[in-house]
Amino acid sequence: MAIDFLYPQYEVVRNLDRCITCRACERQCANEAHRYDADFGCMVSDESRCVNCHRCVSLCPTRALKIVKTDHTFKENANWTGKAISEVYRQAGSGGVLLSSMGNPEPLPIYWDKILINASQVTNPPIDPLREPMETRTFLGKKPGRIARDAEGNLINNLSPQLQLNVPILFSAMSYGSISYNAHASLARAAAALGTYYNTGEGGLHQDFYPYGDHTIVQVASGRFGVFQKYLEAGAAIEIKMGQGAKPGIGGHLPGMKVGPDISKTRMIPEGTDAISPAPHHDIYSIEDLRQLVFSLKEATAYKKPVIVKIAAVHNVAAIASGIARSGADIIAIDGFRGGTGAAPTRIRDYVGIPIELALAAVDQRLRDEGIRDQVSVVIGGSVRNAADLLKAIALGADAVYIATAALLALGCHLCRTCQTGRCNWGIATQRPELVKRLNPEIGCTRLVHLVTAWDHELKEMMGGMGINSIEALRGNRLMLRGIGLTQKELDILGIRHAGE
Amino acid sequence: MLQKEGQVRIPSGCAISGIFQRDGSRIDGSHIISSIAAMHDRSNGLGGGFAGYGIYPEYKDFYAFHIFYDHQTARDTCEAFLKSHFDIVSLSKIPVRRHPRITDEPMIWRYFLAPRHAKLESSQLDEREFTARCVIRVNDQFDGAYIFSSGKNMGVFKASGFPEDVGEYYRLEEYSAYSWTAHGRYPTNTPGWWGGAHPFALLDTTVVHNGEISSYDANRRFIEMFGYHCNLLTDTEVITYIIDYLNRRVGLTLEEIAHVIAAPFWSTIEGKPEKERETFTYLRNAFSSLCITGPFSVLVGFEGGLMALNDRLKLRSMVVGEKGKRVYIASEECAIRVIAPSLDRVWSPRGGEPVLVGLEEGGKQNGH
Repeated sequence: MAIDFLYPQYEVVRNLDRCITCRACERQCANEAHRYDADFGCMVSDESRCVNCHRCVSLCPTRALKIVKTDHTFKENANWTGKAISEVYRQAGSGGVLLSSMGNPEPLPIYWDKILINASQVTNPPIDPLREPMETRTFLGKKPGRIARDAEGNLINNLSPQLQLNVPILFSAMSYGSISYNAHASLARAAAALGTYYNTGEGGLHQDFYPYGDHTIVQVASGRFGVFQKYLEAGAAIEIKMGQGAKPGIGGHLPGMKVGPDISKTRMIPEGTDAISPAPHHDIYSIEDLRQLVFSLKEATAYKKPVIVKIAAVHNVAAIASGIARSGADIIAIDGFRGGTGAAPTRIRDYVGIPIELALAAVDQRLRDEGIRDQVSVVIGGSVRNAADLLKAIALGADAVYIATAALLALGCHLCRTCQTGRCNWGIATQRPELVKRLNPEIGCTRLVHLVTAWDHELKEMMGGMGINSIEALRGNRLMLRGIGLTQKELDILGIRHAGE
Repeated sequence: MLQKEGQVRIPSGCAISGIFQRDGSRIDGSHIISSIAAMHDRSNGLGGGFAGYGIYPEYKDFYAFHIFYDHQTARDTCEAFLKSHFDIVSLSKIPVRRHPRITDEPMIWRYFLAPRHAKLESSQLDEREFTARCVIRVNDQFDGAYIFSSGKNMGVFKASGFPEDVGEYYRLEEYSAYSWTAHGRYPTNTPGWWGGAHPFALLDTTVVHNGEISSYDANRRFIEMFGYHCNLLTDTEVITYIIDYLNRRVGLTLEEIAHVIAAPFWSTIEGKPEKERETFTYLRNAFSSLCITGPFSVLVGFEGGLMALNDRLKLRSMVVGEKGKRVYIASEECAIRVIAPSLDRVWSPRGGEPVLVGLEEGGKQNGH
């Protein structure tokens, strides 16, 4: 129907003076936005198919292409924006839930950008990381809080299982299925090279990646896809996924068209079936049930592996985290409302959950108020965009951060937010063999290693500036932060002072 | 209005000095005054103080509380609290001499006391924990009252002023100790509150400190989980609590504590033999939030011993000298030479390597 027609948001602009009709754009676009018109002997494009992923732009040998935001517009209306109007048309036409992917794009406050970092002047010296040791190694896991000695008085190692991270950054959960084999291969190799961990997500662990087990966190989600004894034993740690920042309150969705033979085998589900995780774990309706699952997993793995419980940052996150800390979990992972996803209902992605900065500050303070901060490590994600966000997260109280969107960007993702279609031109969020092969795991690994190493360098530079030469002295060191342009209430929740104070 | 210590965090540079007599024989306070006076330029007249061990042999079984009162009401409420929790065997003003450069003095009182048996029993705490909690409670909750010394057979004397003036003010030449520490303060922004001077003390642990630690808030927010309240917002206070916690409550030795707070670098740890490597890794991991970074040199006084420790990078000067049974430790060698021109041995300890001195066998009888 005519009223369902929506003018495309982006237009493909082709400079015909430059175009040599090599048809690379046509071959590169899985969305079929480009076509060669034999009659006119030139390339033409259908912008209604364009998702603005820049694949064609990046590979055009003559730089003949660019994508621009359309100037086509509805009548200006601050309330009924073009987006709001279009969404009504779409839903009136389809009767369906609006779907989106990747993180929340709405202009809600980003607290990272309103926090400033300290540096040493005169009264104590900055430390030069080029000339002095600067340590970012960290351990995740419960600390004993007491010591034990043998008969000779030597200290006995009474620590429960720990994860050693050479950098305070882990790759967050992205399932095999939502992302490609080559994307997983890149993450696994990079985690091993960096001395950190990647996370399988809820889709099981492909047989080929078992050798990376020492650098793998295996996830157990409500759908229990691919969970069996060998899987649990393969990982360095086990993560129970209770929730995800992009879609708190609902489970993961993998459309059947992405479930090919390999994924079917890894997930242990029939080919072509939708993999819809239940919203809750049906064996966890309360905190005491969570404790049972934590200990079931520990029993299953002979208490050799730390257990992580991952939750979405929701309103009552501090109390929930306190409950988790007492549930036997070794690590709590908190995912903020800007966290990414392969597919989520738009309304949930955009308006359910709270910013990770506030959630982290509240959780860390609550655990300290209760005297149990040391019983559990705190890892946060959703979203950490750069080394400054990373540093601020640690100073607010995190032990380490999870990154996923940044990792995908390193692999070539252009944040076109169309993962749910399965036609990722960069070979990341797709299962089509011809697209997957575009991502070379060797190059992918190198780029991930570069990214994390670069952030680590920047983290060290900033730590040195503050006169801190070991990451543990930064953790929870909120005096090193100041707010800018924040209300007193926001400052109180973040537990920091305003700049100038 | 300028905020005082506790309302705002004030960075400060400093001078420290210590004298320890291994055989337990006691020396009067004039030596330590001369030593710290040699480093006059490292202080700015906004804080000085001393700790002496073995100074109250006649009351050695009782806790000696030294308390500042801002006003009479503070004294009344605090004394009521003390009377309900302790048996007070003696109370008096601490004797001082008028001094032209020591002004704005609060009321300064001294109490010798022991926990009341019934209170202690019902608290189900050991005596030291009971006493420590009472001290923390007064300092945290009683407006205008501040217990700045609370150990047995030892005492802290401190004020706003240059340390040599503070020493004269408190008539330290009349006290004899087997262990003395001293501190001259150079705060960068303070009206000079007496409680903010060093040493900082809890029970018999005293800390004098030179530096500005960059890990302060990480350490503070961690240690406050265990019932400590860092009211002064000073490095010294948090260091004292960390040492008290790790030593008295966790049970680590002072040497182990040194490896927690001035943790060796991972690269150093990796080069150690296996057993040491395991121990160091364990200590760094298990107590990671108590690692202290940034410049510091500290003298930790305790019953029967003294520990000197520099930060991991040795960003503050600290020199140790030995002459016979006597050990000197100071920020600058001049502060040692001025009272002991010829030494058997003098050296600069490496960053993160603790220097521990203790009373010899037999020294304990002399000292106590």
